[in-house]
Amino acid sequence: MDVTYILIILLLGALATFASGDKLASKVALLSSLAALAASLLLLGDYNAGQDIGYMGVWAQHPKLFLALSGDGLSLSMVLLTTALLPFIIYSSFGNDIFRSRNFYTLILLMAFAMCGTFLAVDGFLYYIFWEIALIPIYFIALVWGNDDPESRKKAVTKFFIYTFAGSLFMLVAFIYLYQKAGTFLIKDLLAVVLTEREQFWIFLAFFLAYAIKIPIIPFHTWQATVYEKAPTVGTMLLSGIMLKMGLYSIIRWQLPLAPLPAKEFMNVLIGLSVAGVIYGSILALRQKDLKRLLAYSSLAHVGLIAAGCYTLTADGLQGAVMQMMAHGVVIVGLFFAAEIIARRYQTRAISDMGGIRTQTPKFSSMLMILVLASVALPTTFNFVGEFMVLFSLSQVNVAWAVAGGLTIILGAFYMLRMYQQVMLGDTNARPFTDVNVHETIVMIGLIAILLFFGLYPKPLTDLIGPSINEIIVSINRYN
Amino acid sequence: MEHSMILLLLLSPLFGFILNVFFGKQMGKGAAGALGTAAVAVSFAVTLYYFLQVAQTGQGITVSLLDWIQLSGFSVDLGVQLDQLSLLWLMFVTGIGSLIHLYSISYMHDDENLHKFFAYLNLFVFFMITLVAGSNLLVMFIGWEGVGLCSYLLIGFWYKNQDYNDAAKKAFIMNRIGDLGFLVGMFILALLFGTLDYAGLEQAITQGTADSYWLAAAALALFIGACGKSAQIPLYTWLPDAMAGPTPVSALIHAATMVTAGIFMVTRMNFLFDLAPVVQDIIAVVGALTALMAATIGLVQNDIKKVLAYSTVSQLGLMFLALGLGAYEVAVFHVITHAFFKACLFLGSGSVIHALHGEQDMRNMGGLKGVMRITFITFLISSLAISGIPPFSGFFSKDEILMVAFHENKALWVIASLASIMTAFYMFRLLYLTFFRNFRGTEEQKKHLHESPGLITFPLIVLAILAVVGGVISLPGNSWLSHFLDPVIVKPHVAHHLDATAYMLMAIAVVGGLLGIGLAYNKYLKQGQLPEADENISGFGKVLYNKYYVDEAYEAVIVKPLYALSRFFRDTLEKVLGGFVFGLGKVAHGIGASGKVLQNGSVGFYLLIFTAGFSAIIIYLFLA
Repeated sequence: MDVTYILIILLLGALATFASGDKLASKVALLSSLAALAASLLLLGDYNAGQDIGYMGVWAQHPKLFLALSGDGLSLSMVLLTTALLPFIIYSSFGNDIFRSRNFYTLILLMAFAMCGTFLAVDGFLYYIFWEIALIPIYFIALVWGNDDPESRKKAVTKFFIYTFAGSLFMLVAFIYLYQKAGTFLIKDLLAVVLTEREQFWIFLAFFLAYAIKIPIIPFHTWQATVYEKAPTVGTMLLSGIMLKMGLYSIIRWQLPLAPLPAKEFMNVLIGLSVAGVIYGSILALRQKDLKRLLAYSSLAHVGLIAAGCYTLTADGLQGAVMQMMAHGVVIVGLFFAAEIIARRYQTRAISDMGGIRTQTPKFSSMLMILVLASVALPTTFNFVGEFMVLFSLSQVNVAWAVAGGLTIILGAFYMLRMYQQVMLGDTNARPFTDVNVHETIVMIGLIAILLFFGLYPKPLTDLIGPSINEIIVSINRYN
Repeated sequence: MEHSMILLLLLSPLFGFILNVFFGKQMGKGAAGALGTAAVAVSFAVTLYYFLQVAQTGQGITVSLLDWIQLSGFSVDLGVQLDQLSLLWLMFVTGIGSLIHLYSISYMHDDENLHKFFAYLNLFVFFMITLVAGSNLLVMFIGWEGVGLCSYLLIGFWYKNQDYNDAAKKAFIMNRIGDLGFLVGMFILALLFGTLDYAGLEQAITQGTADSYWLAAAALALFIGACGKSAQIPLYTWLPDAMAGPTPVSALIHAATMVTAGIFMVTRMNFLFDLAPVVQDIIAVVGALTALMAATIGLVQNDIKKVLAYSTVSQLGLMFLALGLGAYEVAVFHVITHAFFKACLFLGSGSVIHALHGEQDMRNMGGLKGVMRITFITFLISSLAISGIPPFSGFFSKDEILMVAFHENKALWVIASLASIMTAFYMFRLLYLTFFRNFRGTEEQKKHLHESPGLITFPLIVLAILAVVGGVISLPGNSWLSHFLDPVIVKPHVAHHLDATAYMLMAIAVVGGLLGIGLAYNKYLKQGQLPEADENISGFGKVLYNKYYVDEAYEAVIVKPLYALSRFFRDTLEKVLGGFVFGLGKVAHGIGASGKVLQNGSVGFYLLIFTAGFSAIIIYLFLA
């Protein structure tokens, strides 16, 4: 068994969902996502047993293109994140009445397909194709099924589309340049090419534009909050939980190994920009009126820290970044779902319309509290492990960076507890809040279980990621 | 066997928490309270077992339970270290914890969420045990943040009141400022030595080869952490606000146990602080100033719990003074005696508040000594203890601090002595206003005045007895405690001989205490003065009453500007940045098509362009 199974399952699942009609679509999609999860867990078993789960096929002779899929721990961890979150994301939408649902669920699976492809491809061109394809489903998901008036939605989504697409084109140019030198797009061939510092600079910059927009790193983030706000919750979950990790993953997989010298040269600038995002996003999150927007800015802050970890170029930084990508993916999906749970009952995202919910639903309050605590990286949550590793890696570069990045633990607590207080606490809300139903509880409990389990026992994941990270560190240092 | 006993010690309160969360409501109040109390009592029993064992053998126990976090250079275990220091702490954490749980069964009986209260209390004890019993700094940090969480949950226990929620949030955030210091301290140590285990760190640091600048930086960062948790300048303002929580919480968390975590940490890391004399000086000065400043505020507060809260801050300051002077055993001694009498005082104030149906303003109390005999007597004993009157426990521990200060630095001795005199004054002010002369509450309250039930008075009696006899663990000239702690303190503090100076210092301290009591007696009992109504408070008294306006200053200097910045980012900068990016799009677009297309957001058009470009590139690739 190899990693192609995952892609095939998701693609077939998408087709089956499309064929199944509006009534059954959601269930077929859920089954497909569970099948993909099962497949990735089986692959994990194979991988841990020492089998090669990668795939290598020829796509075209001229130009030389390969269907090359990686089977290393780094890719596998990101695929696991995607396939683990996907069932939750799909299941979370069961409470919503979705118009033309078969299109909706088909697009979700297609997006998962493209994202997994992005995480797996080790042929630059194939990778690029997946990278771009992933954009199309989310564009339609946000455009067709999004919130608020269609005009403002269209504007936000279009801006996002153009912006990210434009950034990616620079990356394509970089790939083509490298292709000219290497003769293939295979990452191992690209890594064999010796580049001058000047060449690396331009390649680094081209990748940076693509990734900085996708992640996003400030000041390239301005598409984000509005799109998160306008997209339907499922779309927001896909974006924040998984898609932005494509950019972070790509830094580790492509940018740093291919162009390590500028990364070293400009390390402090890159870390500085990332850490500035942490602080900027956190401060922005303090005063937001819209719950989803607040979470969007919290996400901006968290990914800033992850990016900073990547740019430390240390093993702890990269490993911590990957851990934090997964932890953040889980917690942000949970938080956006909590916003959705409230929106289902109160038909609002405005924080000022909330408050006094806790009395009415102790169960939901407790679950949201745990997500809030995970988000602020309380020890024994998954998020603490990643954040600790990343901050420690920052201190390896300079203790001052750890202090600056560490402001997240103060500011994060500030905006998240403030949010919790305004949304949940206070005198009982006049409007009744029906308790969470079984679907909702299952999703929340599932996500919380993941957060607590890996918070106490992250070893399986560090064991999975560690060797790949060490290989990447070797590539990064190959010019020394 | 060893493992399972240790797990029992650690996890018993966690099980209590889980059971109460999920089944507490169905179980009924009595069962929920009993369960919560039993869970902690079990931990106490196991602690006692190990305490006796270690006291006998002198050998600590270190066990690794689980691999936790792997880093490139080293890994961190979830490990337990039961040695003299941790067991001593566990003794009073679980011991006093059990008593306060017992007390809460009665005190919280009318609360509809009693099971939740016990769940949180159990969770707190679990994290406190983790904090104390861990074998490395990162496990301490789990407990450190965990108790902060429980403190947050319990301060905001009555969550319908947004003022309480504000207090809870403030406590958490201020603690987190300290926690960042803790984290950074850990990072520096990990960078220097590649381990966070106490044993490994002690070995590496005592070799003395490490750079002293970085050692000092680590010590300072850790001390910032201690300032947050143990409410020292400048991070103390959360503690008085924390009194919003139910009174048993104030007694357990915000007086006897959690707030001593900073002292525990510094003592645990004594081998580090010994090598950072500059930081030790900072600690001593911060401690002394905190002691004095909090005591001055305590002089004029009218809320019974606020007085006790500032008293706690002040006493913690004295402990830090001792730490800064390298007298770790002395600080620990005062932690223990303070835990006894301060828990007793808080629980006593709870008994009073309970009897008065929530009244906390001392101006509306008075004359309770007749009705509430047990509460009064235990309160009196504890007040004498905290005022440093012999033979009560506080006399011995406070006297040792003053003695150390006298020998090291006369200015610090003067400050600490002043704080002690003030302590005696405000405690007896509190005592006279609450228990003496006539009752000043409403007729309705007067009718219902009663002594509290046995579940409340029993813990008071036990704690009062401990407050009397607690001093025996470290008598002048013959300290069992110092001897006991020897294995965990690298540079033990050398006790001064009982010479003429020592007796003179004792005499001065006692006279000072009596002076404070006398002043209070004269003003509040003999003359029968009452504190002014709020609107009549003026002059320096007003400054003190308003706690030097520190909260207001923090609000104006930190919180408000942060909010303003947030609004500026939200309303202005974001739009500028967004406009800039969109502007670029417009410029690019202006070359090819009219601006209107962009405004309409015709995606089809863009897709067309991109597809065309994309295809061109692919074709190029195939041809090249």
